[in-house]
Amino acid sequence: MKEDDIRFIKLLVLVNGLVPLALLAWDQSHHRLGANPQNFLILTTGMMTLIFLMLTMAVTPVRKVFGLNWVIHLRRMFGLYAFFYGCLHFLSFYSLDRAFSLSSTLHEIVARKYIWFGITALLVMVPLAVTSTNAMIKRLGGKRWRALHRLAYVAAVGGVIHYHMQVKADVRLPLVFAAVLSVLFGYRLLDTWRQRKPALLAWTLSRSEPPRKD
Amino acid sequence: MLKDENKILAREVTPPSVYFNRRNFIRAGILAASAVATGVVYRKLNPVGTNSGPSVQTAKIEGVQKPAATATNDNSGFTVNEPETPFEDITHYNNFYEFSTDKEEVATAAANFKTTGWTVSVEGLVNKPKVFALDDLLKIAPPEERIYRMRCVEAWSMVIPWVGFSFSKLLNVVEPLSSAKYVAFQTLLDPARMPGQRSNVLDWPYAEGLRMDEAMHPLTILASGIYGRALPPQDGAPIRMIIPWKYGFKGIKSIVKIKLLETQPRTTWSAYAPKEYGFYANVNPHVDHPRWSQATEQRIGEPGRRPTLMFNGYEAQVGHLYAGMDLRKNF
Repeated sequence: MKEDDIRFIKLLVLVNGLVPLALLAWDQSHHRLGANPQNFLILTTGMMTLIFLMLTMAVTPVRKVFGLNWVIHLRRMFGLYAFFYGCLHFLSFYSLDRAFSLSSTLHEIVARKYIWFGITALLVMVPLAVTSTNAMIKRLGGKRWRALHRLAYVAAVGGVIHYHMQVKADVRLPLVFAAVLSVLFGYRLLDTWRQRKPALLAWTLSRSEPPRKD
Repeated sequence: MLKDENKILAREVTPPSVYFNRRNFIRAGILAASAVATGVVYRKLNPVGTNSGPSVQTAKIEGVQKPAATATNDNSGFTVNEPETPFEDITHYNNFYEFSTDKEEVATAAANFKTTGWTVSVEGLVNKPKVFALDDLLKIAPPEERIYRMRCVEAWSMVIPWVGFSFSKLLNVVEPLSSAKYVAFQTLLDPARMPGQRSNVLDWPYAEGLRMDEAMHPLTILASGIYGRALPPQDGAPIRMIIPWKYGFKGIKSIVKIKLLETQPRTTWSAYAPKEYGFYANVNPHVDHPRWSQATEQRIGEPGRRPTLMFNGYEAQVGHLYAGMDLRKNF
């Protein structure tokens, strides 16, 4: 795929990632977020964080299974969007739910187990966002950078547990996220295993396409 | 010089400016279309953004007595000096799992719920068990307006002008036996009319219960309306319980059966998660839900949070019912 096309696809992701935020802002300014706008903002930004975390984790499997090497170019933007919506999620909790009270925010963070998972997920995304530039990848070296960015797994698992823990009874949606996550992890386990036993699973390898040039 | 028929003449080549323009044009189109598609998906998942569901217009209830006329003194708790939550919010933000687990979907899911031919069976330890037709039940006492705080266990709250009468007036008609210590309530079980019952998210039918003295308390009402009109389906039509000092889930909706018992009945939420929801479920800012704080609440329509009051602000009226009880144990 040509560099120009990749740039265009990145632009597509950039614009589409902002659509939910634009609609949230539009609805908010027209008082159309329902009876409980603050909850709606917190829930929706949290949901967007999870969706982008799933997309980030899906890049490698999609690339390898379908031979779509170019998708790798979208991973950074997915990850940064996850971090972006995660920050908005926390900020809406801090401002709308906790009324900008630092002490009550800290108290809630300490007192609520479900927030432990959420805040961990958000905090581990900080170093990932900071080291997301090309210069940082070079500075850290590919191997170390990849090891560090496995923290994305912690963020994704933490985020899904955080969501699951506060649902009262209808856990269907958190379970959907958990199922997606298991598939993505399952693929990684299988992939690692496959690489270690190439002889045994040569036939599987032969079915998946070799990496293509961009 | 070879003549090549397929050779494209220089003048036939699309000029780069036109070519790139066309490409940019197509790309702009793809970009716009994808943004619209994302927007449509977002709207599908968040219908609340476009509108707040169907507006309801139920029948006006005649002859409703206002709190000033019914309150025997200022201490009755029959009214509260706090702004009433708008009708649209009360009717579009509902916990009613029989229709949907999404509070903002209930109004739409319940819109076509019909209550014609509704009956309520009052049975168990009573002298005069009876199956009431709804109209007869509503004739037991004149309708009163009661403006109560409504505190949900999820830590949000409203102020709702109910229409109803004290539940004790119904009990007096059926004459409880002295052995009756508890009252058990049951919601309609009909998955065809209540689509939420097709999934087993809770153990249907929904069941609730009160201790006899709680049931007899004048604040405890059998409600049939809000804002002077009959209850819309999403708020528990045609008849429901309101116990204003308890968390909202105690206020069982769409009641078909009331049974007086000697022993404490099984109640839906405390059976579902006994460590999280107790039988009493009195509003108590000092006893947190295991997963979240109950110290403050979010009043619908207000920014920020306000402190939650002991017994939801009805301590003067009901505190004595629980004298000597460990409310941490009996949450």
